Amino acid sequence: MKPFEYLEHTADVKFRAYGETPEEMLSNAAAALFKTMVDPATISVKEAWKVALEASDLEDLAYLWLSEIVFLFETESAVFASFAVSLERCVDETWRLSGEIGGERIDLSRHAFENEVKAVTMHQFQIVKNDHWCLQAILDV
Amino acid sequence: MVEISKINDNIYEVPIGYRPGMRVPGRIFVSPLLREMVEPGTIDQVANVATLPGIVKYSMAMPDAHLGYGFPIGGVAAFREDGGIISPGGVGFDINCGVRLLRSDLDSKSVSPLINTLIDALFEAVPSGLGATGRLHASDQQLTEAFISGSKWAVEEGYGIEADLTHCEENGNMPGADPSQVSVKARKRGRPQLGTLGSGNHFLEIQRVEEIFDEARAKEFGLFKGQIAIMIHCGSRGAGNQICTDHLEVLSKAVHKYNIDIPDRQLACAPLGTPEANHYFGGMVCAANYAWANRHIIAHWTREVFTRYFPDCNLNLVYDVAHNVAKIEEHDVDGKRERLYVHRKGATRAFGPSRREVPETYRNVGQPVLIPGSMGTPSYVLCGNDRALEVSFGSACHGAGRVMSRSQATRLFTGKSVKAALNKDGIVVRSTSPSMLAEEAPQVYKPSNEVVDVVHNLGIATKVAKLVPLGVSKG
Repeated sequence: MKPFEYLEHTADVKFRAYGETPEEMLSNAAAALFKTMVDPATISVKEAWKVALEASDLEDLAYLWLSEIVFLFETESAVFASFAVSLERCVDETWRLSGEIGGERIDLSRHAFENEVKAVTMHQFQIVKNDHWCLQAILDV
Repeated sequence: MVEISKINDNIYEVPIGYRPGMRVPGRIFVSPLLREMVEPGTIDQVANVATLPGIVKYSMAMPDAHLGYGFPIGGVAAFREDGGIISPGGVGFDINCGVRLLRSDLDSKSVSPLINTLIDALFEAVPSGLGATGRLHASDQQLTEAFISGSKWAVEEGYGIEADLTHCEENGNMPGADPSQVSVKARKRGRPQLGTLGSGNHFLEIQRVEEIFDEARAKEFGLFKGQIAIMIHCGSRGAGNQICTDHLEVLSKAVHKYNIDIPDRQLACAPLGTPEANHYFGGMVCAANYAWANRHIIAHWTREVFTRYFPDCNLNLVYDVAHNVAKIEEHDVDGKRERLYVHRKGATRAFGPSRREVPETYRNVGQPVLIPGSMGTPSYVLCGNDRALEVSFGSACHGAGRVMSRSQATRLFTGKSVKAALNKDGIVVRSTSPSMLAEEAPQVYKPSNEVVDVVHNLGIATKVAKLVPLGVSKG
């Protein structure tokens, strides 16, 4: 199983991220999002950012998670290479995510940007569970 | 399978039944050549929009239409105030992405020798590219004022002149802003970016008026052959993106609350008049005003650069248009005047002389419709016609429209090759990212002349002038 793959889209970036568990799928989706912008091999993990999110279903949570990464990238001027995700299903059926994102501050002499992800769209945004978990998303670039 | 039918050489109809739930037919305004370039996914998106409650007449796509999210890019749809909806899927993330054109009193002979210097100076003066933050350092209070008053605030702060305001759609200050609908996150993204160009397809171009198609209208717009003009293409930056993201989440829940069946989550919406719809509209207007303030500030710095090298020159605003926005407008529907929420996603308002929204200066002819080309290809100025009200709720295309994906572009071109090709054509380019340059290669867009000709031939807007780039500053 590959962690993620990109699909053709005329104007934007479409990807599918996979995982044996929903945690792994969300981690791979974050990596797919970030690889759209900058080569992960050029990023060192020097700092960590913690994320805590809650949503009524897994799809909404995934949308919040990816949108949070775009927000952190822009407001922290940082690039990320590691995405640790843990999930909790609460008694009231809501989902909770705690994430730890590793990366460093942008250094344009080392980080060559190929794209700027402006937002995560909800167009064809879906999570499917067959043999493994799969998240499909389209990014506005 | 219900087939798409050709009404004439510039109109194709997507009939009701093309997909389940369509309330009105779709209309795609394309020439036979451009029809070949419309992906099946784009037609599906036109059909999806036709299922939304309260849609009036048609779900439309302009000649530059291509695959988007929610609405297609180039999508136009109007919804009744009574029974209709508002959807961020019909506006996009970059709320009030738009175009501003400044005309100079300089001719290309005097500017061409300095083109490298000017582009370098503009590249320095107007922060662009990824992660760029403004020279402005706006306070939180200033940010709120920009959300409420747009260009008007910018002028009060000393950016631009009073006369600029009457030369902007909505006078650069759309009413209805509700800053309480802008999240802390959106403020955090937007504050440092006020006064920045951004990246991707956004640009600042020095152009030369290459051809005049309509002398009388060109004169009204102050355009003449050989003239130097400056085109600015950008939007509401992270502020708009976050405002859209935040409200999309709310509205995707509102569809369940109000029992609206949507074929695509990006078409999340709420019935007009509900709190969710009002909140989105109030937030969207804040982003629209931010974008007008942004273009105003960038225009001011552009003027500063030009007067450094040409102390006596004047850069006057021809017009400033929004091409990602939802507006409340009155239109005739079946002989009755109705208030509609017109969504234009990658489409430009093209009002003719009869509309009071057109600035008085242009009331004899109609509003200037600014159609940017891609980097290296011509841009066009058209003039809105009253006929557009019947055809497309007064809407025209917004650009050339992509035809090739970004990944395909980067496989075929490099930033270096694109720059070299442009230089060969005498076009100077400054960009922060070579690979973004490759993605914006002229070949990834549809031929802009063909796109503009459809709008002209349908009588939506009349071609006035063609402008070619001399120098480009990009993110």
